[in-house]
Amino acid sequence: MNEIRKQFPILDQEVNGHPLVYLDSAATSQKPKQVLDVIRKYYDLDNSNVHRGVHTLGNRATDSYEGAREKIRKFINATSTEEIIYTRGTTTSINTVASGYGRQNVQEGDEIVISYMEHHSNLIPWQQLAKEKGAVLKYFDLEEDGTITLDTVRATITDKTKIVAITMTSNVLGTINPIKEIAQIAHEHGAIIVVDAAQAAPHMRIDVQDLDVDFLGFSGHKMCGPTGIGVLYGKKAHLLNMEPIEFGGEMIDFVDLYDSTWKELPWKFEGGTPNIAGAIGLGAAVDYLTEIGLDKIAEHEHQLVEYAMNEMEKIEGLTIYGPRDPMKRCGLVTFNLDDVHPHDLATVLDMNGIAIRAGHHCAQPLMKWLKVSATARASFYMYNSKEDIDALVKGLRQAKEYFNDVY
Amino acid sequence: MSTNNLDQLYRSVIMDHYKKPRNKGSLDENSVTIDMNNPTCGDRIHLTLKLNDGIVEDAKFDGEGCSISMSSASMMTEVIKGRKLEEALELADIFSKMMLGEEYTDKYDLGDVEALQGVSKFPARIKCATLAWKAMEKGVQNESK
Repeated sequence: MNEIRKQFPILDQEVNGHPLVYLDSAATSQKPKQVLDVIRKYYDLDNSNVHRGVHTLGNRATDSYEGAREKIRKFINATSTEEIIYTRGTTTSINTVASGYGRQNVQEGDEIVISYMEHHSNLIPWQQLAKEKGAVLKYFDLEEDGTITLDTVRATITDKTKIVAITMTSNVLGTINPIKEIAQIAHEHGAIIVVDAAQAAPHMRIDVQDLDVDFLGFSGHKMCGPTGIGVLYGKKAHLLNMEPIEFGGEMIDFVDLYDSTWKELPWKFEGGTPNIAGAIGLGAAVDYLTEIGLDKIAEHEHQLVEYAMNEMEKIEGLTIYGPRDPMKRCGLVTFNLDDVHPHDLATVLDMNGIAIRAGHHCAQPLMKWLKVSATARASFYMYNSKEDIDALVKGLRQAKEYFNDVY
Repeated sequence: MSTNNLDQLYRSVIMDHYKKPRNKGSLDENSVTIDMNNPTCGDRIHLTLKLNDGIVEDAKFDGEGCSISMSSASMMTEVIKGRKLEEALELADIFSKMMLGEEYTDKYDLGDVEALQGVSKFPARIKCATLAWKAMEKGVQNESK
């Protein structure tokens, strides 16, 4: 993976006098040269609006934009590009489902089921929908190690449940959820399942047909692509029945003075000039990930997590949250060290060129469940190495020493 | 490790306030209560102020957060006690200038608060330091209206 690291120009720099050790990919990943080059080339040579120009640049831009959609379809094994909607990111993807599907299908007294480990982006849209409709918002209980059992899933989903919304992998605990099994149980009760794959799509193979999920969202920027672009996958049958969320240019078919009709799927959900460069950049990111291989990326991260957990546990006073088994988690480790506040820890590490995340990770209910106000998180990607983890562990030991001295 | 830089931030007086906070707790229900949090990081403060005849007679705080936010709260309560309301507001303004690295008047003895000057060199931590001061400003402003 040494060769891979060299493909990320940003990693080759010093921060505060130390070589940069980037351990915050769960917040946003870095971008390889291959992706940056494609975006640059688009603006240098092809920049034009899509779906309208008769001219050559317009055709090139449209071909690249729609070509990227086909790459994404293949990436998650959707049946058709009609099921691949470009969005701003996972947040917009989930809001589109909550507004477009939820408002049409959820009535007073119906249930929406989510979990304690949801990122706010897969929590607030459902809170709002439940409040608006008088629906009941229910939570899957977590086991002590931060996992959800199928017994809990069976006990929580009822015939009143209309929507189950759950993350594929937790951005805090690292837990990988049994999506396929949860989808099956949801369907047995006539509910649909909405999956937040923001933390999963960059790191593991996703097959929406095999999982049999109804909707699934993810973000480009966490998977080597640019910010401001994401994807909503939806089963065609659902998308056909949904009304658009945004109205205006690009998404219309015929416009009359007092009525209009919409374009076919997927364009009826893509009002306005889209993020063309973003979509093309995401297509390049999909190419990049596919070429390395999602299985290889997942394996590398499991090795890093196992190594990190083993090394970090040797530090006295360090608490790791989430499942103990590295194979049951994605590539991140969330922790606290003694009573050193995560912000103080992050500042000390930053002085050593090490970037980690500190805070509540947009998961306040989960922080409450963990009974902490904040945690620190180191997250890994294919460009990280054991040396990065050694640097982290060394930094943590120094931080511990430093705060012991100043306290 | 670059401990020299860190020592600018984590001055011993700051760590002393963090470990042994002054005016920790809550005043009775007749006091002005302000709850504020820092939504980006989870720091939280519960500030109670006893304001009488245009004077901050007493101040106590509770909450959770990093060493910078909690020590700043502790120092803030110390420096505003006994001050007139407009002086307390002026101190909040001075503190905000200090965090931005701007010039400020030296007409007040800021005491331990001076130790927080180093925070201005750590932009990511300025919000930690200003939380308690923003809470105090809000409480006093509401009272002065």
